[in-house]
Amino acid sequence: MSSANTVTTTSDAPLLAVDHLRTVFRLADGRDAAAVDDVSFHIRKGETLGLVGESGSGKSVTALSIIRLVQPPGRITGGRLLFDGRDLMTLGEEDMRRVRGRRIGFVFQEPMVALNPVYTIGSQIAETLLVHDLARGAAGMKRAVELLEAVRIPDPARRAREYPHQLSGGLRQRAMLALALAAEPSLLIADEPTTALDVTVQAEVLDLLRDLRKMFGLSLLLITHDLGVVAEMADRVAVMYCGRIVEQGPVAEVLASPAHPYTRGLLASVPDGRSGTRLVAIPGTVPALGRVGTGCAFAPRCSDRFDPCTTAVPDLTPLGPGRDVRCYLYSPSPTTPGGGR
Amino acid sequence: MSTPLVEVRNLVKEFSTRGGWFRRSAPVRAVDDVSFTIHSGETLGLVGESGSGKTTTGRCLLRLVEPTSGEIRFRDLDVRALSASELRKARRHFQIVFQDPYSSLNPRMRVGAIVEEPLIIHRIGTKEERRARVRHLFELVGLDPDAGPKYPHEFSGGQRQRIGVARALALEPSLIVCDEPVSALDVSVQAQVVNLLLDLQKRLGLTYLFIAHDLRLVRQICDRVAVMYRGRLVEVARAEAIFTSPAHPYTQALLSAIPSMKPGDRLERIPFDATAFTPRPLKEIAPDHHAAI
Repeated sequence: MSSANTVTTTSDAPLLAVDHLRTVFRLADGRDAAAVDDVSFHIRKGETLGLVGESGSGKSVTALSIIRLVQPPGRITGGRLLFDGRDLMTLGEEDMRRVRGRRIGFVFQEPMVALNPVYTIGSQIAETLLVHDLARGAAGMKRAVELLEAVRIPDPARRAREYPHQLSGGLRQRAMLALALAAEPSLLIADEPTTALDVTVQAEVLDLLRDLRKMFGLSLLLITHDLGVVAEMADRVAVMYCGRIVEQGPVAEVLASPAHPYTRGLLASVPDGRSGTRLVAIPGTVPALGRVGTGCAFAPRCSDRFDPCTTAVPDLTPLGPGRDVRCYLYSPSPTTPGGGR
Repeated sequence: MSTPLVEVRNLVKEFSTRGGWFRRSAPVRAVDDVSFTIHSGETLGLVGESGSGKTTTGRCLLRLVEPTSGEIRFRDLDVRALSASELRKARRHFQIVFQDPYSSLNPRMRVGAIVEEPLIIHRIGTKEERRARVRHLFELVGLDPDAGPKYPHEFSGGQRQRIGVARALALEPSLIVCDEPVSALDVSVQAQVVNLLLDLQKRLGLTYLFIAHDLRLVRQICDRVAVMYRGRLVEVARAEAIFTSPAHPYTQALLSAIPSMKPGDRLERIPFDATAFTPRPLKEIAPDHHAAI
């Protein structure tokens, strides 16, 4: 039953180890389709993992699964989530709520969704501090202003008294970061944190994230579709396609010599700025959830496809320390059919 | 160089803001004294942050938004002087492809009818001729010519954008304003649509105003680039010149913010002090390179 075989090569225990995670969604026709399938990765203390994929790849569902906020018709059906030595999967809702926000912070693409429009920025941060028993009353407000200052919001005392709609997109994203960091979590999950921002503001927020990571000793799970953001921020990268990790490894290695045909295609399709040349496109489109056939989900779009690709999902093959790829081009021998679940 | 296909002079667009009970409404200048030309067959990139006025400029050009003042010439047409019916006729020569292929196609119309609609409005061809033209357009943009009876939701984002392109091409325009045509699409699909636009340009001799915020893409596909900031053009030059020797401080800041694709190879960010921005006219600082410095 186990097909992936990601080995933790380092001696220090990871802060988060996701182990054979599987999250399914019930389709309209009653079938279950796996949005996240056999996903394993780990994040060490102070490390940044970039999780890359297109819409529908399962990267956001992976994030929601880690904090156990998958809503019906979705549900987690398998795997372990080891966080700081505890399996989050076995925690009761009460304990899980203490982990969420307190130990694991999260920021999303659209800050207006996460921020409550009817409370001031400062009172929302103070509320978080109160809920987690970290500060109350005037001390909470004082700490809120300090946090707004830490995320480099100008004039933090005034901004603390303002409402989310009074802030620009960039400032709102910073306010959400302040909120996420209020309880000083050890892991921050950031889902497309800069996608809605202009490139200059994105650069500022990335610089800020980098500094905060150092200041708070944060581990970061950075979810993005932008390989440039990964190149700038991540230590390691995991590439997802149709619910599975197809390749992972140190970011410099993966970007310099991508192994999986999908990673290669994704990198090649980034404009290289040579004027007048056509872009290198991956043919076809990402299949919809539940429309993935047997075999490798990328096979229909893959120019390297050969016989075994359509028979069963390939296993992850180790290519080097911390480097795996899920592709028959690299398996010693095409494994027996039936491995795909 | 040939005579320009499009010539925009001193374009201004003001939007009135609603004042509060005790406040007077003050107009906001979304586009402030913008002048540029686009030559036949070229791609002019228009870049800038959200709110810089690039989309409004594109829409003013087609008079989808009425400019407040300024001059727009398309070949020998004075676009701003056209009456409503003259404008409708002229529109066949300039079309637009919108950013969001999910909201820009009417979900209740079959895609064949969506592409055919401009032909009907302009009373072109018989029913059979129009149907044949629609099939040809579908083929031209890489879609199944038999796809006409389907509805937009049956297509992926990239395919929907192809339908948008087919509709824009129906009347054989010479200018297409591409307003962020791929930014709503998945990364692996963006390249397909960009390549389609490049192929069509070559085959049909199209001229593009390409509005985008992806600077790497702009560098790759545009002949010239215009940089907008707060409603004003701050720099216009050949694409290579913009990227290798940006002259305006804002352009320099913008380029330094592009993430490098090589880990550890981060550019030194050049900050831009927005409070120090003063509007200046463009002047020629090198052949074919204008900057507002």
